[in-house]
Amino acid sequence: MKVLADRTVCISAGICVMTDDAVFDQDDDGIVLLRCHRVPDDHQQKVREAVNLCPSKALSLQE
Amino acid sequence: MIGTVEIMTETPTLPPLHMRRNTFDPTEELRRLRESAPVHKFISQFGMTAYLVTRHHDIKEILADHERFSNRRPPGFVPPIAAAVSDEEQDRFRAGNLLGLDPPDHQRLRRMLTAEFTVRRMTQLEPRVAEIVKQHLDAMEAAGPPVELVSAFALPIPSLVICELLGVPYGDREGFQQRSARQLDFAIPMQQRLALQREGRDYMRSLVRRARCDPGDDMLGMLLRDHGDELSEDELVGIAGLLLLAGHETKANMLALGVLALLVHPDQLAVVRDKPAMVPAAVEEMMRYLSIVQTAIPRFTTTDVEVAGTVIPAGQLVVLSLPSGNRDPEFLAAPDTLDVARGRPGHLAFGYGVHHCLGAPLARMEMRIAFPALLRRFPGLALAEPLADVHYRAFHFIYGVRSLNVTWR
Repeated sequence: MKVLADRTVCISAGICVMTDDAVFDQDDDGIVLLRCHRVPDDHQQKVREAVNLCPSKALSLQE
Repeated sequence: MIGTVEIMTETPTLPPLHMRRNTFDPTEELRRLRESAPVHKFISQFGMTAYLVTRHHDIKEILADHERFSNRRPPGFVPPIAAAVSDEEQDRFRAGNLLGLDPPDHQRLRRMLTAEFTVRRMTQLEPRVAEIVKQHLDAMEAAGPPVELVSAFALPIPSLVICELLGVPYGDREGFQQRSARQLDFAIPMQQRLALQREGRDYMRSLVRRARCDPGDDMLGMLLRDHGDELSEDELVGIAGLLLLAGHETKANMLALGVLALLVHPDQLAVVRDKPAMVPAAVEEMMRYLSIVQTAIPRFTTTDVEVAGTVIPAGQLVVLSLPSGNRDPEFLAAPDTLDVARGRPGHLAFGYGVHHCLGAPLARMEMRIAFPALLRRFPGLALAEPLADVHYRAFHFIYGVRSLNVTWR
């Protein structure tokens, strides 16, 4: 599973970082950064949750 | 500010249908609307035709669609306040109000502020927030029971936090706390609320001018240092005023109403008190269940648009009931149950889309610290008045309790 982040629509809500800070990070302006694209198996559930909770639809999954 | 769009001329005896509550719950009438008329045309309390949307899915779609559902008032739209306010003053009221703008103007202003609300910044702020919480708990303990919780805990904690963050002297709190509480209360006559708004702007203008000469190490100082050339004085006044208002009203009411909800549900209270790992999700569930922001900022349709089978013509006012959306059984099972262990299905209490609450990370952090700290300091916390005697903010844009008397053993 791969996770994709669209930095142009990100609104810096930070929910992804609060959900899994091993996969998601923010730059100084709060815009999403990915620590990795391929999601480790034991992080898949958290990453799915982060994608679902993102209020700007900036995150998506490639299975 | 929000208040410039919707100001009423007289106080009716009952709040409008979508603002009515039974303690924590939206009313049965609202549930019936959600089931049978999810897009309900009505005459708002301000005398305008409006469309009330009550289903979770529809609300989310509308909030995500800023092109067809605009936060900006359409040309020719005359709000009831128009007679009382000149065009020039309305423009000044609107400057810097992120909630009255659409992208790209909205993004331009929002991006100046997001650096202040990153998760990293919140982690840096946490010890100071914990200290503020501790000081207020110490004061409560020293005073001894009973204590009025809004004035001793729920209001001063977020107030002090937003003051330090923004660069507003906490010593001036009597003025801005009063204004914050009254500005969005529809039971207060329009002229008075307008006067409060002008007072608030004058106050903020004085702070902006002072900070321009000597920018501090706070958000106002940052805005002046980093963006002083791009922002007009009216914009700075608008942005800072919105942050001060939002920083007070939302968290103060969540804290007080949240404590009441936990006292009424002792099994849920025990989880928040005794299981630190469950607190973050519990805070989300409390926000969903209580949905203190009664409606999203009203949207205007920019084109004819169909929602749940109903066509809303262009230029119409759309009111989104966040409490109803958060209690929609199509969205989650047993929506009327407060279940702090249900996980995080996602809620609309912070809104959705580009206007999703800017201060959400701060609000979350404050609540995650404040609720368990209070419950652990006073494990025997209890209501010091009958539940039936608690007074609610029935006509307020943000729901909550007027006061809450608590005691402990």
